[in-house]
Amino acid sequence: MSSKVYVTGIGIISAIGNNVAETLDSFNKMHSGVGTLEHIISRHQADTPVAEVKASNAELAVMAGFPKGHEDTRTALLGTIAAKEAVKSAGITDMKEFRTGIISATSVGGMGMTENLWMQYLDTEQSGPWLKFIESHECGDSTEAIADSLGIRDYLSTISTACSSSANSIMFGARMIKQGLLDRVVVGGVDSLSKFTINGFSTLMILSKEQCKPFDANRKGLNLGEGAGFIVIESEKAAKGKTIFCELTGYGNANDAYHQTASSPDGAGAYLAMEKAFNISGLKPADIDYINAHGTGTEINDLSEGTALDRMFDKKVPMISSTKAFTGHTLGACGGIEAVFSILAIKNNMVYPNLNLVTPMPELSFKPVTELKKDQKINNVLSNSFGFGGNTSALIFSRVKE
Amino acid sequence: MDELIDKLKGEIIEQLNLEDLKKEDIDNDGPLFGEGLGLDSIDALELIVLLEKNYGIKVANPADGKKIFQSVRTMAQYIQDNKK
Amino acid sequence: MAAPNYITAYAKIRSGKVILNGETGYSANADEPAADFVKAAYKHYELNYPKFYKMDQLCRLAFVCSELLLRANKVTANYATEDIAIIVANNAASLEIDTEHQSTIADADNYFPSPAVFVYTLPNILIGEIAIRNSIKGENTFFIFDTFDPRFMNSYIHSMLNTGRAKCCIAGWVDFYENKYDAFLYTVEQTNNGLGIAHTEEQLNNLYK
Repeated sequence: MSSKVYVTGIGIISAIGNNVAETLDSFNKMHSGVGTLEHIISRHQADTPVAEVKASNAELAVMAGFPKGHEDTRTALLGTIAAKEAVKSAGITDMKEFRTGIISATSVGGMGMTENLWMQYLDTEQSGPWLKFIESHECGDSTEAIADSLGIRDYLSTISTACSSSANSIMFGARMIKQGLLDRVVVGGVDSLSKFTINGFSTLMILSKEQCKPFDANRKGLNLGEGAGFIVIESEKAAKGKTIFCELTGYGNANDAYHQTASSPDGAGAYLAMEKAFNISGLKPADIDYINAHGTGTEINDLSEGTALDRMFDKKVPMISSTKAFTGHTLGACGGIEAVFSILAIKNNMVYPNLNLVTPMPELSFKPVTELKKDQKINNVLSNSFGFGGNTSALIFSRVKE
Repeated sequence: MDELIDKLKGEIIEQLNLEDLKKEDIDNDGPLFGEGLGLDSIDALELIVLLEKNYGIKVANPADGKKIFQSVRTMAQYIQDNKK
Repeated sequence: MAAPNYITAYAKIRSGKVILNGETGYSANADEPAADFVKAAYKHYELNYPKFYKMDQLCRLAFVCSELLLRANKVTANYATEDIAIIVANNAASLEIDTEHQSTIADADNYFPSPAVFVYTLPNILIGEIAIRNSIKGENTFFIFDTFDPRFMNSYIHSMLNTGRAKCCIAGWVDFYENKYDAFLYTVEQTNNGLGIAHTEEQLNNLYK
């Protein structure tokens, strides 16, 4: 049993960088990763901006350290790159030293590969090397690929709860540590862009034709993105003597019970998730220094989340921003990616800008931060992630008291 | 117009999987959303697909749906005015 | 010593049979197409929820199973909606409807992807449907496993109830792909209501079989 859950490693890949250092550089330069789709042929290429990782699958395979000729799905590649960085940053060299697990999250899994090979799969007259990828479709496949490349054997699990998936994998990992089932866990998630999601979100008419503007009165929808974010969390015993980024002090999950895709007007689920996270952490809303919002840039999410925040914080909302205008909405990966941002905010005492904000929403009491802020004192960060199916999650990261 | 309204009712029932409903259950002027047939935002998007698929009419802004889909009659009127 | 918990009701739908707390209810030929059977069961039990027809096959199966389970044990009457959790797993995720969505975007000359199809391309939407129907707002997670894993479910739900994250849990397995279907949902509570079967890995295994 461990009463505390420490973050000892972080790894990330997204449209704003292939690792932590590049990511920070993009923030410093206020450089958004949203641009034109390059690696998928789509009818939406010209009119729908996306936040794509700036590398081909072949280049990603090299970064992931896969042997030459080894092919895998973009999802497995992105996940492996970020998870490896996290394990390296945690200084883990021997997987056998402690009971180590991996809990990954994804919403589309190997869809990108499936849709390219779809017509070949359906042609039962033919067979060929592509058939080995049929199994890579399912959501658990990328987790297995990541676990294999890291040499993790003790525990493996995959969560799929839409856009809150990786926040839930972090929460689940923390509980396993607290109950003494594992000593350390690689937690987070990954999703890659696919025609499947681009066309699907397009039918919901919530894809912006320009860069997304979270929390702007004239927001026009979201930009899809891709990437992976993983963190290493450890028990007090396993983390002893190590460099610790911060502590995961709070987490909560609830259901909005309103609509399959639309958040409730009052953000009931979001409020409940945050309330649970506060209860577990023992912190009060006034203790939070920065909120990394879910803030997708859709009309409904930002109003629902903002309304819940105004209620939770009694209209005294601290510094807040959505980083979706940098990374796009990375779906099942966003909870992991934004956990890394939250941890870096504490480590570097910085707050990221909410890009593209011109007119704050009149319905809300707060105005998100629009510039990169340094030399802040950031001790506690709240990170929200909400998904279709009404699944709402909140995480709280806290500086370890000296 | 009446012919179009009748045809449209059949198409709405099919497109929105309203299996329990018959054409005569849908009032020409009754509200489609909220109190009326109880349709939701996804149904509104689905009706936009119906307009494009069956009538070649593109609705670019989902907010326009509110006016167009007030009732079967307003929807039929919109089709008549915009059909190429 | 951790508190014992109890399986207080369960419902199964598979091979053309509805089984409620161990008793066979509505049944049809085992070779009846899955979609037809689930719809017939919905009608047989007069579940009366027009939104049923808008759901994909996975959600329809989960919906019928959950309705029957909650008829047998109306937990929403006994607990605050925030205290009821929903934890479900399956193997095929949402593959059944994923292929339908894929087929509407694969053909450039007949490109009419449906928003109503796309919204179901996530397995946890079935939890959302149960939550919406019953206004259940507690913790909810969807796992992907090879097969129903009584060991995992047992320990996960024990810890959830014993650490106060929920007071009651609707849990189980709902899988639907290519005419194969398997639903098993059950309620777990801290008090010895209803069936009062001890919540153990072994009992879950027995009930699932």
